[in-house]
Amino acid sequence: MFDLQWLLIAIPLASGLGLLVWGKEGDRFGHLIGTAASALSFLFGVVLFASLLGKDGEDRSQSTKLFTWIDAGSFHVDMGFTFDQLSGLFVLLITGVGTLIHVYSIGYMAHDERRRRFFAFLNIFIAAMLTLVLASDYLVLFLGWEGVGLASYLLIGFWQHKDSAAAAAKKAFVVNRVGDLGMATGIMLMFSEFGTSSIHAVNGAITSASGSVATALGLLLLLGACGKSAQVPLQSWLLDAMEGPTPVSALIHAATMVTAGVYLVVRSNGIFDASEAARMAVIVVGLVTLLAGAWIGCAKDDIKKALAGSTMSQIGYMMLAAGLGPAGYAFAIFHLITHGFFKANMFLGAGSVMHGMNDDVEMRHYGGLRTFMPITFATFGLGYLAIIGVPPFAGFWSKDKIIEAAFGENFWVGLGALLGAGVTAFYMTRLMIMTFLSEKRWREDVHPHESPKVMTWPLIGLAVLSALGGVLLVSNWITEWLEPLTGHAEHEELAVPAIVLTLIITVVVAIGVFAAVVFYRREPIAAETPADSSVSFFARAGRHELYGNELNDAIVVRPTRHLTRFLVWFDGKGVDGFVTGVADRLGDTSQFLRKPQTGYVRSYALTMFGGVAVLVLALLAVTLA
Amino acid sequence: MIATFASATDLPPISAPDIEYSLLAPVFIIAGVAVLGVIVEAFWPRSSRFLVQAGIAVLGIVAAFADTIWVFVHLDKLDGSRLARGQVAAEGALAVDGPGVFAWGILLIFGLLSMLLFAERRLEGGLSGFTGRAADAPGSASEAEAIKHRVEHTEVFPLALFALVGMMLFATSNDLLTMFVALEVLSLPLYLLCGLARRRRLMSQEAALKYFLLGAFSSVFFLYGIALTYGYAGSFRLSDIDVAVTNRTGGENMLLAATALMAVGLLFKIGAVPFHTWTPDVYQGAPTPVTAFMAAGTKAAAFLALLRVFFVAFGGSSWDWRPIIVAIAIITMFLGAVVSISQTDVKRMLAYSSIAHAGFLLVGFVGAYAGSQDSSRITSTSSILFYLTVYGVSSIGAFAVVTLVRDSGGETTHLSKWAGLGKTSPVLAGSFALFMLSFAGIPLTGGFIGKWTVFSAAWSGGFWWLVVIGVLVSALAAYFYVRVIVLMFFTDPVGEGPTVAVPSVLTTTVLAVAVIATLGLGIIPGPLLDLAQHAGAFVR
Repeated sequence: MFDLQWLLIAIPLASGLGLLVWGKEGDRFGHLIGTAASALSFLFGVVLFASLLGKDGEDRSQSTKLFTWIDAGSFHVDMGFTFDQLSGLFVLLITGVGTLIHVYSIGYMAHDERRRRFFAFLNIFIAAMLTLVLASDYLVLFLGWEGVGLASYLLIGFWQHKDSAAAAAKKAFVVNRVGDLGMATGIMLMFSEFGTSSIHAVNGAITSASGSVATALGLLLLLGACGKSAQVPLQSWLLDAMEGPTPVSALIHAATMVTAGVYLVVRSNGIFDASEAARMAVIVVGLVTLLAGAWIGCAKDDIKKALAGSTMSQIGYMMLAAGLGPAGYAFAIFHLITHGFFKANMFLGAGSVMHGMNDDVEMRHYGGLRTFMPITFATFGLGYLAIIGVPPFAGFWSKDKIIEAAFGENFWVGLGALLGAGVTAFYMTRLMIMTFLSEKRWREDVHPHESPKVMTWPLIGLAVLSALGGVLLVSNWITEWLEPLTGHAEHEELAVPAIVLTLIITVVVAIGVFAAVVFYRREPIAAETPADSSVSFFARAGRHELYGNELNDAIVVRPTRHLTRFLVWFDGKGVDGFVTGVADRLGDTSQFLRKPQTGYVRSYALTMFGGVAVLVLALLAVTLA
Repeated sequence: MIATFASATDLPPISAPDIEYSLLAPVFIIAGVAVLGVIVEAFWPRSSRFLVQAGIAVLGIVAAFADTIWVFVHLDKLDGSRLARGQVAAEGALAVDGPGVFAWGILLIFGLLSMLLFAERRLEGGLSGFTGRAADAPGSASEAEAIKHRVEHTEVFPLALFALVGMMLFATSNDLLTMFVALEVLSLPLYLLCGLARRRRLMSQEAALKYFLLGAFSSVFFLYGIALTYGYAGSFRLSDIDVAVTNRTGGENMLLAATALMAVGLLFKIGAVPFHTWTPDVYQGAPTPVTAFMAAGTKAAAFLALLRVFFVAFGGSSWDWRPIIVAIAIITMFLGAVVSISQTDVKRMLAYSSIAHAGFLLVGFVGAYAGSQDSSRITSTSSILFYLTVYGVSSIGAFAVVTLVRDSGGETTHLSKWAGLGKTSPVLAGSFALFMLSFAGIPLTGGFIGKWTVFSAAWSGGFWWLVVIGVLVSALAAYFYVRVIVLMFFTDPVGEGPTVAVPSVLTTTVLAVAVIATLGLGIIPGPLLDLAQHAGAFVR
């Protein structure tokens, strides 16, 4: 049966492609086909997972080879998939949450005339994401990696009439290419060192390779992970990506795709176990991102961007846990799954709120929605309790374990993670108060209403999962389940008993909640965002995403633009040299034509002659020197 | 005096050269068909001449291709430390070996696809895309008369076939004089073809003149390089030069100058910086089917010649030339990728893209990884052969799309006119997007595997840092390919938007083949890669 695991991918892929080429007549039921494809893939995933449960620990890694992708001499790559403990969990998460989000989108996108295409893209995304997690070779994984990037790019820019959406899509693509650079170079290094890019073989052979190879591989893969998972320093695209439709933010930019980086690190545990330095880098990246994301989450007034900051921060937790090695891998995955539940829940909740508020995302225009959207409020509330880590909701179990493991590694790392938990409680409470509690600050012509059933049922489903996700930890099920893959870790002895630490965490969370209540209940919330000059430095920096964009601009974009101008000038073609915004400028045809075209043969010949002279002299110089 | 006469009678008789006709048949077939085309031009009635010319060109290429397969299969496998097959033929003038015959195969495929584009007559209201009478001045009364009488230049087919013969010889030349002759045989018909556009004739003629002048300029360097090489090695044969270079016969400066000057001539043809200046103007001005033919064919033939000269003749001094080629590869990739970002004309953009691809190919070349008997990692030669195949097919496909996007003035190549193409013509825009993704090297397209193979060959050759630069530049280059996709699918058309002409079955076939090959080589590249790997090394 596991030989058929490619069907998991093939079903949504076929549906997605079919929906794309289908004509107008597909509009009536295209969304149903898309949803059914995702659900079918989920059911098959459940069947596979169940039969995996029935097997002994040793047999739980089921590989199948579809065909030989590349075969030229020793250059050999199989199009192969592996369904094991880790990818099985991911398959369930991706298709399960994915199906709920498909259902929700039926309602959310009901009035969009391109709904069929939206579902096609969602299906293609699911197929690519499944390829990513099922791949048994890094090159196949890279295929899925690029596929989710492409789907994400198409979906961020789905509302193409918005310039901001097109710009955000482009930004996501470009930033991700930087991460892909790491991936591609890493895979190349695997080929040259081990002659293979099979995940199993590379992680097995790494122990016999030199430490510097393991470190280089680890850092390259981390670069890839940073791009995909919006970790510092490649975080800038995620907040802009919120331009996409909200179900996209929930599925791709919260529950699944952005966690691919964490998956990659856990999947490559052999490499990271072999290099202390690479693990340290993962911890640092995770810790910095978890604090930076929380900071940004505190300052944003746009509900989706606040949630995006929170996503960054929570993935920082996962990254941190993954960096802790065998002690943390299982908890990284555990938090990844619970986060998938509650964050998808909250994003869809935010979508439901926007649905009732004329697509306004500004939390300062909300307030008092509790009574108007009871179901959204209740489900969002459960997600809220889960993310800040109130026992016994899902996030409590997973975050508690990560903080505990972090203290086991290093006191300061643990302290950072603990601080993050407090800040999380603060910004989420702020979000709850501004949206559902507090007084009304609505714009005119707004008539908030509960969303239709097709949207609220997925919310309820995800809310239940957010509340109960912690059962995965019952009698350490998840750690034992993943142990054959991630290795066994001796339990670190902490200075204080675990129960005391749990209490401390709970107290810190309570302080965070209390601070937010004091801060936002004391006086009415302004209906307009206060000017930058009237807020503290911390709020200002948070609003500007800690100046990440400005930094990118200064060290990458502007130099590149200057370089382009220089090269264009150097190349002697009088074409205007704008790197960005070209699409807008294309209309200026006349301007282009007026520019002189320096297409003189004599200048071309001179360039050539100069080249010849340089070439000859350089050759002589190199040799004679 | 008398003594001299006496000894003259003692000279050994001059025997007829020994030609291996069965091995060289594909070249003879194409040359024969080209000559036949000239005869048809003289004697066949004008009314049906176009169809006959197109027909024999296509049939000739198909026959030559079938014969090429036969030759490839029957190449002798040579003993030695490296896999090599084939032999030196025609008294040492040509080397019919694995890479050479592989190149024949892809050149013939490119030629065939281009001939189909040449023969397309539906786009211009029943006439081909070439000018009716090239001798008429643009805008003159006689031009109007020629248009009225619907005259056509059917010589384009034999001209292209002669160019094809030149390309095939260029790819298999085993001595420098043959190589020079082949270079001119391939270039001269192309100069002429470049100036034959039906629309925008002045631009087309300007392109032809520029190409001719600069081509002649570069040929001179090449010829001078040959002279110096002869001075150093005392022979035109690549294997003899190799012996001289390996033994370091003295006069190293002459060798270095010779290497540099030969490199100039070859780098000019592949469009490497700083010898690329002709590329954008010529690609833009030439009739688009010719551009397609040139982009795919010339680059492939010139790369084979480059590999042969530098791997076989100058292989012994690779430590001298590699640093320079590394530098050229870097600036070529970089300039091609960066400058194409700011292009506003599709054909110019594709020209800069072809420059960037020349850079990526040079990365594989510089690796100079020849493989060994025990390890069968992909070699530089086979990676480049694969890359050339993918690049050539995708390019021809991309230029075929260019021929279809039109307005009242013919092809509309300004990028702003392409906005919203995805809405009016999703299939066409979709295939162009596919070619763009392949150029960008996104997985599941042939371009990805191509980049992958040249980079891994360079890595095996010890140039890992150059690979890092290459990956970085390809990330940069991806930006502008994606920009075009955004433009086609996500931007609203300006004004009336583009009109897409409905092509005949010829262009449709070309497009379909290009799409299938681009996708197919991405999904199952195995067979072709294997074939390229089996081509082995050059014989000497």
